[in-house]
Amino acid sequence: MSRHAGVWSWITTVDHKRIGILYGVSAFVFFLIGGIEAVLIRVQLAFPRDGLIGPEAYNQLFTMHATTMVFLAVMPASSAFFNYIVPLMIGARDVAFPRLNALSFWIFLFGGIFINASFLFGAAPDAGWFGYANLTSKSFSEGANSDFWLLGLLVLGTSSLIAAFNFIVTIINLRAPGMTLMRMPIFAWMTLITQFLIILAFPAVTVGLILLGFDRFIGTNFYNPAEGGNPLLWQHLFWLFGHPEVYILILPAMGIVSEVLPTFSRKPLFGYPVVVYSGILIAFFGFGVWSHHMFTVGLGPVADAAFSIATMLIGIPTGVKIFNWLATLWGGRIRFSTPCNFALGFISMFLIGGLSGIMHASPPVDMQQQDSYFVVAHLHYVLVGGSLAGLFAGIYYWWPKITGRLLDERLGRWNFWLFMIGFNVTFFPMHFLGVMGMPRRIYTYAPNLNWELWNRVSTVGVVVLTLSILAFLLNSVQSLRRGAVATADPWDGRTLEWSVPSPPPVYNFAEIPVVRGRDELWARKQGRRPPVPEPTRAPSEIHLPAPSHYPILVALGIVAVVAGALIHLWVSIVGAIVMVYGAYRFAFEYRSEAHT
Amino acid sequence: MSTFNPVADLGWRIDTLFTNFIGWTLFILVVVEALLVWVIWSFRDRPGREEPKPVHGHVGLEIGWTLIPVMIVTIISVPTIATIFRTQATPAPNALRIEVTGRQWWWEVRYPELNVVTANEIVVPVGRPVTLELKSADVIHSFWVPRVGGKRDLIGGKVNRLTFTVDTPGTYPGQCAEFCGLSHANMRMLLVAESPEAFDRWVQSKREPSVPPTGVAEGGRAAFMAGGCVACHAIRGLSSGVVGPDLTHFGSRQTIAAGLFANTPENLAAWIKDPPAMKPGARMPKLPLGDEQLSALVVYLGSLK
Repeated sequence: MSRHAGVWSWITTVDHKRIGILYGVSAFVFFLIGGIEAVLIRVQLAFPRDGLIGPEAYNQLFTMHATTMVFLAVMPASSAFFNYIVPLMIGARDVAFPRLNALSFWIFLFGGIFINASFLFGAAPDAGWFGYANLTSKSFSEGANSDFWLLGLLVLGTSSLIAAFNFIVTIINLRAPGMTLMRMPIFAWMTLITQFLIILAFPAVTVGLILLGFDRFIGTNFYNPAEGGNPLLWQHLFWLFGHPEVYILILPAMGIVSEVLPTFSRKPLFGYPVVVYSGILIAFFGFGVWSHHMFTVGLGPVADAAFSIATMLIGIPTGVKIFNWLATLWGGRIRFSTPCNFALGFISMFLIGGLSGIMHASPPVDMQQQDSYFVVAHLHYVLVGGSLAGLFAGIYYWWPKITGRLLDERLGRWNFWLFMIGFNVTFFPMHFLGVMGMPRRIYTYAPNLNWELWNRVSTVGVVVLTLSILAFLLNSVQSLRRGAVATADPWDGRTLEWSVPSPPPVYNFAEIPVVRGRDELWARKQGRRPPVPEPTRAPSEIHLPAPSHYPILVALGIVAVVAGALIHLWVSIVGAIVMVYGAYRFAFEYRSEAHT
Repeated sequence: MSTFNPVADLGWRIDTLFTNFIGWTLFILVVVEALLVWVIWSFRDRPGREEPKPVHGHVGLEIGWTLIPVMIVTIISVPTIATIFRTQATPAPNALRIEVTGRQWWWEVRYPELNVVTANEIVVPVGRPVTLELKSADVIHSFWVPRVGGKRDLIGGKVNRLTFTVDTPGTYPGQCAEFCGLSHANMRMLLVAESPEAFDRWVQSKREPSVPPTGVAEGGRAAFMAGGCVACHAIRGLSSGVVGPDLTHFGSRQTIAAGLFANTPENLAAWIKDPPAMKPGARMPKLPLGDEQLSALVVYLGSLK
């Protein structure tokens, strides 16, 4: 069978661009599932004492909504861009370990399917995406719900770690000649920082999950206070991961915005080194603030004060980034194409989320806001107004590069404005509900507390937000069917991905570019640097890694190992054999016909 | 239930700090958003607009907009630190100690110095500091009465304290704020603040054993003893169950099922008939009581003032 067509070619692909597309499509499907869960939550809360959904289903919905959006939608959507765009940006032909790249994708996909398969057994995770001990212990959570959750997260963590190491090696080693770190496009920088966050943060939650697995499967008592364990141990381990995770979700979006704004204002990014350093600082501080999620657990005034100051400090590099974006726009010639609109929307909405974040950086204020709808508003301003808007900017920006076709600008404007209106109508009222005393994660509420109005407004907002997503769906389908054909450089871009055709050939660059500064392509177009030289050899001579079916086999083995914990020991044993066999063949697989 | 309308020193201190924060953040929000809109509008692409100059940065500006947030953070962190230490100070020696234990899904309330036990309704005197000693018998819960002040978690193996002085008599609703399982949404409570005299009267009446039943209520007591209720519920002088709420003075409570329903004979009868139907996951089982027993039991429980 041809390596360029058919399902098998996708299953065995090790091309970073195809893996990027696989990540993007899977992330979008999971995003739709998570979105449906959100709509059901909002329908339930539109009326007090509503009997549409019982507490059992509701608790599963809010747990799966967050788990899906964090681990199965936003993270892999960012991964789609890391995969597709970063090698093109840094002038590479693929990532450092192409088969490992395929492996991390398949582990992610199977892990996501595994967690969602819990719905089929009526046992979807129901203890919150944060899975606080000791509610997750066997005595308070008898069913398989929390097992699905902890096993699924372990699998997904493996995928993220493998991908992170791969991208660190790629970005450090495969940059085109002349592309020093400080000449690297800012999105590649934010990708690099994000990968370091992943390899430092995920081990913490992995340890926490393994201890939880011990508690649940073999009866240890790490989190059981009745036997001398400590439920707060979980909170420390979880948030030591969980807070950096927030930056894992937002830094890629910041990178996208930092690429889009210069292109659409026709100016270089203002204060490039400062934007890089502030990204590093945000990531660094991100590991010293986890206890701000725990201001109500009674850590004492000294710990509260220390974590409060550390948290507020993060506001400084974040503020610096916003000012640099504004300065990038200043004096530019801003074209309001959809990628730019979403990037501007990102700044205006993320700012609101950042400012409410400063509020609950203060422990006394947080005592009122913690676990109230105020925090729900805050986190959605950061993750929807922030991350998701940034991702949409990236989708509209790079879609022509990836598909070879343009998205429609008129539908793009509908997409953008419905998003901005729907988003604000949905989430701004939650600030009010929070200060009016409405806690999170309640499936019902009393009718006499004045919470009805804003809950109903919020539910109306979700309808508008849904229309926005439908506008995007329509736009993407139309574009793929009969969209205008995109040139190599439709936006008058600045970075190397725009120097190759849309979509790029499988080998990316016929000739590896030599880089002499930032915004290499822009400088060449300005005539300040020599244009791209003619290739000296035929593309057919370019060495490319051969497709492999071992990554998917190893991934299947891994998921069978964890699924066995819920089905039967034999399933785990067979899975382990498949995994070891696959890894063995993977390791010694070498084919000399590895040419296009 | 608004946190902007506090009735205790704790709430006031938080509210003052919050108002301070709202001022600063609104100021930043308006300035930056206005700047953003102005920049977008002024530098929009128009015919005849010159190609922008490639400005790469400016050290002075970078230092400037680093120092501005540094200053603001310094300004807001001072009252934050002060409020942290003030709200978590050692309680005054005359503080009233109340033990609150979170259970799936209700609150057990004990006044160890006054020998009073109740559930889901915390009665406190105004003007006197109160220290809640917060514990959990199962999973993590969080105590939150928004108008009194912030929340504090109830965690197994740990005693947390929350100290406040209520300044206005009244009844203030609250509920569990940490997700604690199936009926988390149904774990509500009332905090009732009384004048010192009314509080003393309340304590006196709650220390007495309940009035012996007469008439129909006598049959109710028999149903209570025979129907399995005694295994879980305490009524002083009669039974000593510890699994469910103490019912010694049940009749004087405003609500049943952890603040979920008004304490009326109809609601109580429906509750006893099928507790999990009224409150999903409720640990109290359906008991095989005849209609006559049930109505007598309702009369008896209502008589326990």
